[in-house]
Amino acid sequence: MSAELVEHARAGDRRALARLLTEIENRTAAGEAALRVLYPLAGQAHLVGVTGAPGSGKSTLVAALVGQARASSRAVAVLAIDPSSPITGGAILGDRVRMQVHAGDRDVFIRSMASRGHAGGLAASTVAAAAALDACGFPLIFIETVGTGQSEVEIAAIADTTVVVQSPEMGDEVQAIKAGLLEVADIVVVNKSDRPGADRAAAQLRAMLTVGAQHDRAAGDRPRPKRPLVMLTSALTGAGVAELLATLDRREAARRSAPGGDPDGAALKRAEAQLAGILAQRMAERLRTPERAAQRDAALRALAGHETDPFAAADRLLALLSEPAGG
Amino acid sequence: MSDQNVPARPIKVLIAKPGLDGHDRGAKVLARGLRDEGFEVIYTGLRQTPEMIVSAALQEDVDVVGLSILSGAHMTLLPRVTAMLHDQGMDDVLVTAGGIIPDDDIPALEAAGVARVFGPGTTIREVAHFIRENIHSRAA
Repeated sequence: MSAELVEHARAGDRRALARLLTEIENRTAAGEAALRVLYPLAGQAHLVGVTGAPGSGKSTLVAALVGQARASSRAVAVLAIDPSSPITGGAILGDRVRMQVHAGDRDVFIRSMASRGHAGGLAASTVAAAAALDACGFPLIFIETVGTGQSEVEIAAIADTTVVVQSPEMGDEVQAIKAGLLEVADIVVVNKSDRPGADRAAAQLRAMLTVGAQHDRAAGDRPRPKRPLVMLTSALTGAGVAELLATLDRREAARRSAPGGDPDGAALKRAEAQLAGILAQRMAERLRTPERAAQRDAALRALAGHETDPFAAADRLLALLSEPAGG
Repeated sequence: MSDQNVPARPIKVLIAKPGLDGHDRGAKVLARGLRDEGFEVIYTGLRQTPEMIVSAALQEDVDVVGLSILSGAHMTLLPRVTAMLHDQGMDDVLVTAGGIIPDDDIPALEAAGVARVFGPGTTIREVAHFIRENIHSRAA
């Protein structure tokens, strides 16, 4: 079934693609089999992460960028992540509300994903879903994170380009020099530029984000924060959207033409994030056999009762995993 | 991977408002209520054409399409949605409706493929129960 789905999805059957994404999202055996075929075919698309605080205008900006990309007839995919309830597992996936202008355009594929308990602003299967869309011929893929606070920076590990969206009322200059989200931006967009204060916010951001540039140059090989571009857009009026897409395209072209094709290590970081996720998943699966689950529960209880320490408990479970399954 | 400890996939529901009708309080209350029932609810906003609704249902691969309509155009719009779902091969998607729909219209809507019409006064629990009992199980 999975081979057939892959074949149809790659031939442009949107229903098959949707089903494929469901299998991937649910981490089924069929989804895994599909990804084994699709992953080697991916790596062509520009993955653009769009993150920022709730209400900063991420969805509206993505919808405007999609419109701009469609003006040059490019197929575009969007993965829009919203949070799952930690209590019931339910979710309201509302990003489509801003994107429905593109419904009915078969070269725009929008998929909502619930975070399903994954922290960091994404869902556990987001990278895999992006790889599937990539392999199915979407050259430009926007990944919109959940509305984030100050430190949900996982998107920077999986996107080629990270756009952090701010609204003009983002706070004072101290906000701009705090560690976290702004540090991982390749482009900081001050959205809602139709509102008062937007120019000033952009100027403050530019000033504060370049503080320390000289210091960095003198510091040699020390890991240094990025020096993001600061741009102004109004997703509402469309101002600045064409310039933003052109900047994204230039950045991608430069990245592709650089020797090795991955000058800032984006692909390597993504590979690392994916591998870590799958290793954790595999480990959790292997701890679910009845006997191991019992040992895991015993370890948890011992830990909760402070009868052991967390390191010893983890080492014990790891030792268990190296024994033959079912043993 | 059919391990019993792996939580089942949450049920995915699209809540949509077809046609020219500006009131979505009910749809939002239902969306929120189904969220609390553990469903993943996609809400697409007001004034959706049948084409937009079916396209969203297809891309999101939902189990259920819930249509909320207060405008009186249900006899035109709801059968168009079900017909378009059928055209896309999406007969396994459960379609329900709610809003202001006269009892006399219900048999025709059911004949057109609407599984259940929920009238005013329906509780969220009833809707959730109906969905759980009636979604089409899929081959994995």
